[in-house]
Amino acid sequence: MRGFLGRWGGFLVLTAVVLLLPLILPNRFYFDMAVKVWLNAIVCVGLNLLIGYAGQISLGHAGFFALGAYASAILTRRFEIPGLVAMLMGAAGVGLLAFLVARPILKLKGHYLAMATLGLGIIVAIVINREIWLTGGPDGVRVPALFIGDWRVSRIEDWYWVAGGAMLLAVWLALNLIDSGVGRALRALHGSEVAAATAGVDTVRDKAMVFVVSAVFASIAGSLFAHAERFITPQEAGFLRSIEFVTMVVLGGMASTFGAVVGAALLTVLPQAVAEFQDYKHLAFGAILIATMIFLPKGLVPSLAELFRRRRP
Amino acid sequence: MDEFLQFLFSGLTRGSIYALVGIGFAIIYNASHVINFAQGEFVMIGGMAAVFITANAGLPLIAAIPLALAIAGVAGVALERFAVAPARGASVVTLIIITIGASIFLRGVVEVAIGKRDYALPAFSGDTPIRIGGATLHPQSLWILGTLAVVVLALKWFFERTRPGKAMLATSHNRLAAQLAGIETRHVMLTAFALSAMLGALAGLLTAPITLTRFDIGIMLGLKGFCAAILGGLGSPYGAVAGGLALGLAEAMTGGYISSAYQDAVAFAIILAVLFVRPQGLFGRAGTERV
Repeated sequence: MRGFLGRWGGFLVLTAVVLLLPLILPNRFYFDMAVKVWLNAIVCVGLNLLIGYAGQISLGHAGFFALGAYASAILTRRFEIPGLVAMLMGAAGVGLLAFLVARPILKLKGHYLAMATLGLGIIVAIVINREIWLTGGPDGVRVPALFIGDWRVSRIEDWYWVAGGAMLLAVWLALNLIDSGVGRALRALHGSEVAAATAGVDTVRDKAMVFVVSAVFASIAGSLFAHAERFITPQEAGFLRSIEFVTMVVLGGMASTFGAVVGAALLTVLPQAVAEFQDYKHLAFGAILIATMIFLPKGLVPSLAELFRRRRP
Repeated sequence: MDEFLQFLFSGLTRGSIYALVGIGFAIIYNASHVINFAQGEFVMIGGMAAVFITANAGLPLIAAIPLALAIAGVAGVALERFAVAPARGASVVTLIIITIGASIFLRGVVEVAIGKRDYALPAFSGDTPIRIGGATLHPQSLWILGTLAVVVLALKWFFERTRPGKAMLATSHNRLAAQLAGIETRHVMLTAFALSAMLGALAGLLTAPITLTRFDIGIMLGLKGFCAAILGGLGSPYGAVAGGLALGLAEAMTGGYISSAYQDAVAFAIILAVLFVRPQGLFGRAGTERV
């Protein structure tokens, strides 16, 4: 029982939060924010597998997010493909793209990897901006409503449950992946890639797999985002959005799935909360980023967990 | 042919800017093995500070330039002192995020202090284009090309003839050995950041009369400078110059002959292709990794 709680306790708490939160959300505005939190959390949970567990950075995940979003937008709008099918097609396409670039990209290390993922993301953003006939260009494009069976998901309260459910599913998948043989191999890889390879871990294959998984998570989140907002612009593909995702992961805590959720929540809610200080947004955001990295290099959740553990012998 | 000449001028001009930014990446990487993602912000600070000083303090351009360079230099030193040095020994990912945080912060400071508009700086020696063959050359382009040439020569002198320059080279080869030989590597780091910041600011000052300047121009310029540095093989200032010029030319030719919509993508496409085939960059040596 204790082992079960240790492993799944966090998941149960998160489920409870998703179930109970609507009781205290006063209006549409807050529901909308919660939807954004859950969707960003999906991206971060996936990205955390890559950054926190495999120790690889990606500065281009907004590209995958936007590809998913635009796949949904274009396939449902132009070809009248059902939303869920379009979402899966987008995810499959993004997964394939990630798979094709994973091997050459993940052979690179550190700065070169950062550059390659960054380049990929920027190219995606430029293509979306320029292919106006297909994507609507910088003005963005309207997205039809999502149907799940006969259910037209349109009210923001409905979206709360769809996004929350998808987020829980993503967390559950990530936790299972971390507990599997691949997860152990990844942790070994993060510790020392050479040692892991010597011990028989196919490091390139495992890294590539996590890269693909994290890209697919981002794509699904992007599809849901497009349908929830009913509108999508190329800004979602931008370099700054990629940075935002990485920051969420790092702030919440690398190698902590719940940390990724907390980071996503903080950085989604905080800018809204300080909206009146809009002018100082960038300044504060940058300062927080630097300070977290210097004083809490492991991120919020792991650092707090450590503090808690030390208090209770 | 006239067309080609025109694209050549344009390519060399922007290539020189990328080269100046790329040199900054290379110098900081050499001294500290940090990729400074805030490098582009120094370009922005150079241009914006000069605009601010000439417009608000009413100083002539000739006085504004050294002041703007000094401001950027101080920003560079502050970056090293307050953001990079405290995280000494952290992982590559951590350092990347710190410098990204610093770039967002610097952008935020300028956004609040000066504003979000486009600003222009007067050209150094007028706007009358020079006709060469059938093409025209903006006089500012000559300033840019000339500055790059002077910077390359000065760097050669700095690294080969001066004590701080030699100390920087020694540190880049082997930090510990340099320390044992009595080199104060902390000062080397500070010098590297100050020097890179000033080179970036110089690029910003030079390009502001042609391209205008804004609080957020640093993002793209920084990334392209990074491309130049990687293309030249990280850590080689002269490689960065070659990489920058190559990128500038490739961009201008693509923009002129193939598609102007995609010229911004060229640098990144080249970088991806190069990284796939030659991960150590065009001019870099094959990397060996210490275990």
